[in-house]
Order: sequence, then structure tokens, then C-alpha cells
Amino acid sequence: MAMNIVVCVKQIPDPADPGELDPNTKTLKRDVKLILDEADSYGVEMALQLVDAAGGGEVTLVSMAPDDEVGGIRTALAMGAAKAVLVSDEALVGSDALGTAKVLAKAIERAGDADLVITATESSDGYTGTVPEQVAELLGLPSITFAKSIEVDGNTIKVKRQTEAGYDDVEAPTPAVISVTAGVVEPRYPSFKGIMAAKSKPVDEVTVADLGLDADAVGWAGARQEIVEIATAETREAGTIIEDEGEGYAQIVDFLADLKVI
Amino acid sequence: MSAERIPGEIDPEDVLNLDGLLSDEELLGRDTVRRFVADKVLPEVADWFDDGRFPLEMAREFGDLGLLGMHLQGYGCAGTSATQYGLACLELEAGDSGVRSFVSVQGSLAMFPIWAFGSEEQKQTWLPGMAAGELIGCFGLTEPDSGSDPGSMRTTARREASGDWIIDGAKMWITNGSVADVAVVWAKTDPDGPDEGKVRGFVIPTDTPGFTAPIIHRKVSLRASVTSELVLESVRLPADAALPDVVGMRGPLSCLNEARFGIAFGAVGAGRACYEAARDYALERIQFDQPIAGFQLTQRKLVEMMIKVQRANLVALHLGRLKDQGDLATPQISFAKKDNVRNALEVAREARSVLGANGITTEYPVIRHMNNLESVYTYEGTNEIHTLILGQAITGISAFS
Ligand SMILES: Cc1cc2nc3c(=O)[nH]c(=O)nc-3n(C[C@H](O)[C@H](O)[C@H](O)COP(=O)(O)OP(=O)(O)OC[C@H]3O[C@@H](n4cnc5c(N)ncnc54)[C@H](O)[C@@H]3O)c2cc1C
Ligand SMILES: Cc1cc2nc3c(=O)[nH]c(=O)nc-3n(C[C@H](O)[C@H](O)[C@H](O)COP(=O)(O)OP(=O)(O)OC[C@H]3O[C@@H](n4cnc5c(N)ncnc54)[C@H](O)[C@@H]3O)c2cc1C
Repeated sequence: MAMNIVVCVKQIPDPADPGELDPNTKTLKRDVKLILDEADSYGVEMALQLVDAAGGGEVTLVSMAPDDEVGGIRTALAMGAAKAVLVSDEALVGSDALGTAKVLAKAIERAGDADLVITATESSDGYTGTVPEQVAELLGLPSITFAKSIEVDGNTIKVKRQTEAGYDDVEAPTPAVISVTAGVVEPRYPSFKGIMAAKSKPVDEVTVADLGLDADAVGWAGARQEIVEIATAETREAGTIIEDEGEGYAQIVDFLADLKVI
Repeated sequence: MSAERIPGEIDPEDVLNLDGLLSDEELLGRDTVRRFVADKVLPEVADWFDDGRFPLEMAREFGDLGLLGMHLQGYGCAGTSATQYGLACLELEAGDSGVRSFVSVQGSLAMFPIWAFGSEEQKQTWLPGMAAGELIGCFGLTEPDSGSDPGSMRTTARREASGDWIIDGAKMWITNGSVADVAVVWAKTDPDGPDEGKVRGFVIPTDTPGFTAPIIHRKVSLRASVTSELVLESVRLPADAALPDVVGMRGPLSCLNEARFGIAFGAVGAGRACYEAARDYALERIQFDQPIAGFQLTQRKLVEMMIKVQRANLVALHLGRLKDQGDLATPQISFAKKDNVRNALEVAREARSVLGANGITTEYPVIRHMNNLESVYTYEGTNEIHTLILGQAITGISAFS
């Protein structure tokens, strides 16, 4: 049975270059070259594996980004995704998470009938971790979060959902929106064959109007959240150095117990 | 990659912003190989070097990434631009010259002649498996008594009445020889035969009786690479084992041009790795109560290294653009091979001094690169031979003999 999967991929400023906040808008400056959010590379990999396992179908990317940015999309196309929908529009500047979700939901519909929508649990730059659930709500689809693994059995999706203690087995009917935890698969490298093939893969570049959305519903105009203040995070304190005099392990165990991680 | 960009100022690792000369696609390919090297090569390569081995599992990984024969078209090859191939060589050699050598030999020296001069059947038989890294190739030109002057080779190819070829001789310093599934070997034909004593290329499966390939030991350079002797004792090959579409020294020399192109980029990578290691070290190492990077003498070293690396990078990129336009002349390749490798070697030696005693161990990458570059300086045309090629090009007078 062929599987068609939409993967939401956020294109973000390279975390290796320290980002800058715009003091006026209190948001991250995005006028630099954007790359594929590493958090989304796991979703792309999972989707490619699911399509392979199904023996047919394709992976479609959906992204909302300024300035017709395709840097990150090209990477995911080179990994093996078939095509992309890119939403880029001046009117989107200032969109909060809900505004983003409205746009993504429409773009997912535009991408065609999907058996599955995959996102990351949270992005690496905004990390509100709220977009996936909002998208699910807007599309009227079930939402499963924190997926460690996804298996498709006919019209049922079986997910191992990460919990603090381990994982829960969760099921939902297709189609559904699933957010994937970072680090659960090893994303493939975009191969040179993939890079060459990506050149001719279609990217459907659309505006807010193309999606049938009202410009007032998105961007600064539609934002229901307001960023009141931004402040520099406190610099991290230096770590504790434990001198091992035969008892070091015990101190580490106590330390971890204090943190409630063991 | 380790140091951070100072906002609004120059990037210490790309002072001239040469990345700005690359397309998004070239950057994606470049960054992918850089990440691959960081993930799969750098954590292991000091051990490979210390143990004097090259892990063959890497061949499949290179194949999956599409690095093998990557700028050739068809037969499972990616078909990228020459510049993209050069950039891949640069990043691979920032890992280790031996790793880059593997990819150069496979793509430029073994696959290229089959692709350019082979029969359709030879191409179908070998190229897809070689592109995937399932089959390994080597290139046999150099002999114990014939190095810089390959025209003096003694390996012979005698044609029997049946049409079979009989190859006799020995090849020396052959990268991947002992691990190869197929050897492209160059040999002299019978002076009285139809090829009038000219050199021809032969595609030899290495399990052919009479073919052996002992490993050369005791190297202190390019240790993460297999170097071998090829012994050819009455190796009998069918008529169709010869590469049909080239006769004479043009065959091997055109392969060398391909590989030298990659080396001109690769040397930039080795130099860059040494410069970055020296800069990182100089910023951390405190003597006389301050980082040694604060001493004028050290700064001069770092700056000279940086300039050499950037300039070599610019030369390599220019070479790539010429090749992609179809305008690249042999003396231009000599320019870049000679100058970039020499510069990289100087950078490595200077970097070695910045690391003090730490500079002599393989805990740091510098002396590994430095030793490797001695091989790179010699193979694919020594520094002297490229000087003579350029000398002839600018004077019109050959000084080879
Ligand atoms: C008032 C206000 C104004 C803002 N103005 C701007 C602005 O002008 N420009 C700006 O860039 N940001 C702006 N932001 C931040 C912006 O709201 C969030 O970055 C964005 O909505 C996504 O939220 P997130 O990254 O926290 O998503 P999360 O919920 O953490 O993301 C989870 C996953 O959802 C998917 N996803 C999220 N966003 C996208 C996307 N754009 N495309 C594809 N998939 C996606 C990805 O798979 C992602 O990993 C503003 C925020 C507020 C509150
Ligand atoms: C690690 C390694 C891997 C190699 N891999 C391969 C391979 O895969 N396949 C292959 O075929 N070969 C390979 N080679 C061989 C390499 O190409 C030769 O070593 C090289 O061509 C030089 O030949 P030679 O060593 O015989 O030196 P020689 O030619 O004997 O040169 C010795 C010295 O004399 C100088 N010299 C020679 N002629 C002149 C002249 N006319 N004027 C001025 N100076 C001159 C040279 O520059 C050099 O300094 C490899 C070598 C090494 C070290």
C-alpha cells in the first residue's frame, strides 16, 4: 500500500552562527541564510523509511519561511523527499505559533491527500512545541506527540510515545499528525545523486492569498501572543568538579538522584 | 568549524569569504562531506593511521554518499560538476590524505579510464559496482624503475595469435593494489605489433591467475591508505580486456590530469585542518601567562598559514571553474597541484611548530597531515615534474631530459 506523507520542515538560522534578536520586534533576525532545522531531519528520515517500507508513495515537504527561502528544503529534497510546498509572504512577518499553524494546515491541504503528517516535537529556534497540536486541531486530525517510532498497519498508525519512564504504545487511525522526538533515527546524508536530483524537484511557492487565508489572520495582525520583553539569559554557572577518591561514583549517583533522572 | 564567527567581522576560517563564491548546491554538497568527515573519519582516523590500515567498510559509505566517480555521468555515478568533486576532495583531505586518495584513485584513476576509454561492456561490468563502493579499483602506472618517466615502463603486453593478451611486469606504489577487485594496468605493446609498441590500458580482474599484490609496509606517510606492489606473471587476458578507445601515453596522462585536479583541492583541506588546529591550540595554550596566540611571532605564523590556505583555495576554485567551462589546460593543473601541495606542506610544518611537543603525536592531526603531504608532494607528478611542465609551457623549451 502506498504511503503519502507530509513532513513539516522549518528553515532556521544556522545555530552554529550565534543568532541575533531584533530589539524592535523582539524576535529572531531571519535575514540570514536559513538551513534545515536538525530537529526536522529526523521526521524526514522517518517519513522516507515509512514510504520505503510501504513500497510506494512519496514524501512532500511543507515549510513557511521568509524570502522564498529554499536552503533547508533543498537539503530535505536531496535526502529523498519528492516535492515541497513553500509559503513565503511579507504578510507572514510577526506570525505567532497559531498563525504559523493556520498557514501550515492550509499548505498541508494543498500538498494533497496525506496518510500522515509528521513534524518535530519542537523546533530548535522557537521551541514553543505547540505548532503540531494546533495543526492537528485545525485539520481535525488526531495528534500523537513525542513519537520514538512509527509503524503503519493498514489504516492504523502505531506509535511508541516517549514518556519519562519509557514509552507508551499509542494508536490512531490514518490520517494523523505525529510529532517526532529528536535523535530517534539516524538521518541519512543528502547524497550527491540526491543533490543532483533535487535540482529538478518541484517547489510550489505560494502566498497567503494562494492558500485562501485572510492576511489579517496571520502575521503581526493576527498574532494573539505578544512578546512583552526579551532579556539576556543568565550565563550558566560553572559545573561541579568531583574529585574521585574512590567515592566519586556515589556522588554522581546522588547528583543524578537529586535531579530525579534516576 | 570550531571557532565562532565574530559578528560583523571576518570569519577567521574564511577570511576572504570564499564561501561566497559557491552556489547553494555546492555548499550543500561541501557541508555534507564536511559533516560526513566529522562523523565518520575524524573520530577514527588517528587509529587507522597508527595501525597502518584503511577500513574497507568505508568504501560502501563513500558509495552511498555518491563520492565515487561522482563527476562522471551515468553508470550509477552522480554526475556532479568538477568543482563539486573538487570541494568533496577538499573536505575529505581535511580528514586525511589517505581517505581522499582512496576516493581519487577509485574515481579518477580507475573508474575514469573505464568510463572514458572502455567498451560498453567494460563500463556495464565495472562502473555501477565501483560507484556503489562494492568493487574497488586501482591504477598501475608506476614501476620500480619507472616513476617520473612512465614512458620508460617495462611491463609488456604481448598479443597471442588467439587474440589473448599476456601481461608481464611489476608495478610499484599502487594505492589500493592489495584490496582491489580490478586493476587498470598500463603496459607496452609489441613494437612489431599493430599498436607499434605504444602503451595500452588493460582492465584486469585481480583474481586472474598470475596477478598478485603484496602490501608495501614500513610507510611513515599515508598510513591510512593501502599501498602495494603489483606483480604480473604471464597474466592471460581475453582480447576484450584492453581499453579499446585509447592508445599511447595520452591514456594514463588524462587520468592523472583528473586526479591532480582533485589533489589541488585536497591539499587545501589538509592545509586548512593544520591551520585550524594551530589556531585553536594557540588560543588555548598559555605560556608566560598568556595565550601563545598573543605573541607576535605566533601571530605571524598563523597569518602566513591562513594566507597560504586561502590563496590555495582561490586557485583551486578557479581551476574548478575552468574545468567546468571545458577550458582547463594541463599546465594550469600543474600550477595548482605544485603550488597548493607545496603550500599545504609548508603550512603543516609551521603548524607543527605551533603545537610544540603536542605537534609530534597523532593525538593532534597536524603531524599526520604533514607526513601524508610528503606522499602527495611526490605522487601524481612530483613538484619538480610540474615545474618542468610549467617551464616548458612558458618558455617553449623542454627541460625533461
Ligand atoms: C508575537 C510574535 C511574533 C513573532 N514574529 C515572528 C516573525 O516575525 N518571524 C518569525 O520567524 N518568527 C516569529 N515569531 C516566532 C514564531 O511564532 C515561531 O517561531 C513559529 O510560530 C513556530 O513556532 P515554534 O518554532 O516554537 O514551533 P514548534 O511548535 O516548536 O515547532 C514544532 C514543529 O512544527 C513544525 N514547524 C514549526 N514552524 C514551522 C514552519 N515555519 N514551517 C514548517 N514547519 C514548522 C516543525 O516541524 C517544528 O519542529 C513570533 C512569535 C510571536 C509570539
Ligand atoms: C603513497 C603513494 C601512493 C602512490 N600511488 C600510486 C598509484 O596508485 N598508481 C601509480 O601508478 N603510482 C602511484 N604512486 C607513485 C608515484 O606516482 C611516483 O612515486 C612518482 O611519480 C615519482 O616516481 P618515483 O617515486 O619513481 O620517483 P623518481 O621519478 O625516481 O624521482 C626521484 C626524484 O627525482 C626527481 N626527478 C625525476 N626526474 C626529474 C627531472 N627530469 N628533472 C628534475 N628532477 C627529476 C623527482 O622529482 C624526485 O624528486 C604512489 C606513490 C606514493 C608515495
